[in-house]
Amino acid sequence: MAYFLQQFINVLQTGSTYSLIALGYTMVYGVLSMINFAHGDIFMVGAFLFFLFVSTLKLPFVPSMLAATVLTALLGVATERFAYRPLRGAPKMSAVITALGVGVLLEHLTLAINPYPRHIPAMFEGSGTWSAGGVVISQLKAAIIVFSLLMMALLDFTINKTKLGMAIRAISWDMSVVPLMGVSVNGVIAATFAIGAGLGGIAGVLYSLAYPVINPYMGVMVGWKAFISAVIGGIGNVRGAIVGGYVLGLVETLTIVFLPATYRDVTAFSLLLILLVYRPYGLMGKPKTFKV
Amino acid sequence: MGERPGEPLLKVTNLTVSYGPIKAVKGVSLEVYRGEVVSLIGANGAGKSSLLRAISGLVPYGGEVAFEGGSLAGVPAHKRVGRGITHVPEGRGIFGNLSVMENLTLATWQRKDKTGIAGDLDRVFTRFPRLRERSGQPGNTLSGGEQQMLAIGRALMANNECMLLDEPSMGLSPLLVEDIFQVIREINAGGVTIVLVEQNANMAILASNRGYVMESGVIALSGSRDELSSDPRVIDAYLGV
Repeated sequence: MAYFLQQFINVLQTGSTYSLIALGYTMVYGVLSMINFAHGDIFMVGAFLFFLFVSTLKLPFVPSMLAATVLTALLGVATERFAYRPLRGAPKMSAVITALGVGVLLEHLTLAINPYPRHIPAMFEGSGTWSAGGVVISQLKAAIIVFSLLMMALLDFTINKTKLGMAIRAISWDMSVVPLMGVSVNGVIAATFAIGAGLGGIAGVLYSLAYPVINPYMGVMVGWKAFISAVIGGIGNVRGAIVGGYVLGLVETLTIVFLPATYRDVTAFSLLLILLVYRPYGLMGKPKTFKV
Repeated sequence: MGERPGEPLLKVTNLTVSYGPIKAVKGVSLEVYRGEVVSLIGANGAGKSSLLRAISGLVPYGGEVAFEGGSLAGVPAHKRVGRGITHVPEGRGIFGNLSVMENLTLATWQRKDKTGIAGDLDRVFTRFPRLRERSGQPGNTLSGGEQQMLAIGRALMANNECMLLDEPSMGLSPLLVEDIFQVIREINAGGVTIVLVEQNANMAILASNRGYVMESGVIALSGSRDELSSDPRVIDAYLGV
């Protein structure tokens, strides 16, 4: 029993990372109907920016995390402005290919600057662990999980209760009418990219606290997993992305429990293929209906 | 038409709209004065909707659109809402995934006056009690008539001086069409200047002070309500007895 509870904590931790990143995929899909395949690399850049502030510039933890988040958000805005906006009227496939290109560019730019893996210094060595009935959780892990959940709650509130959230949802329904409400479509799309990329940057920081060795390709596999999470929840669906991340975390953890650990990734990708064939709108999405 | 005092609220000069090689509007000029209801009638594809879309800035155009004496050249659509032009698009443009209340709230994006907004919301709900009942429901669960009420309610929430209405009667039962035209008269009586695009020429001409008839991208005829409704060409082509 304790073993399974312990695994459950792992599900929460992996799932939090996937969910935070999946939100970026799903929000961008919501407003532009495109998969931003550069998003996993945005997550990676978040981790490297954090390294820059906390290790190279020796800033304290909180300002480093804030600066990394803000700069990652701005990077998201810049990719939209310079790579995707010029293709707004083009076929979606062009934008998706561009996104792949942006991702590769970010990886190799980071690689050029950091040819070797970097090590995030341990910052919370003093933090202890809690244990109960044979289940152990480090306070750092608990903090990462709780902070991720807080961020997701904040985003959920923004999407469902604020005017900006209304505008984002309105764009996903019918972009052409939105300017008639007095809303700048470009402004709202930029805000969407800022939020999505900012959450990706936060995920990068949190991930590098748990797994302190970072490299320019770390965003590739995590990005794919987050994309799968978004598909599980129904891409374009914000709550779906949150749930999807934890579902994938659960599936992966169960795989490791019952099968050799090397089966983890193949299970995740098999799940993606099965979903795309049998339930492309995900567990929480609805089949796309077209307005007449 | 007699001479009108003052300058027009909305002045369109030699306006053209093209979609690729297709010219939808080929040099239209018209004027709308404060407090008027001006109807634009004509067959499908005559360029009426394109004209409205150019005025509200949704499509690029040639020529000139001026509002309150100032040119709108280079002013993007969302800022034209702030200048005083509200456009209720063809097909109503309700956000089906937003609740009725959210649809109404989104339309106040350019406004900062909280008390004014609350007052306008109250007026909209008083005028359309159905919307109050359904304020929490998603827009796509409303009937066609309710959606049209929501579209007009949303336009009222913007609290602008000029309202462009594109086919408000489309797809509605005759009884609802009567309702909608009554609402248009009331809004106009409240001081809002209205440009009304309609295929229901009969109702539109009756509800307006003046009107223009568009045919394949140009204005074929214009005149007061009485002139238009007694013009044999209009009777022949649009009022069909």
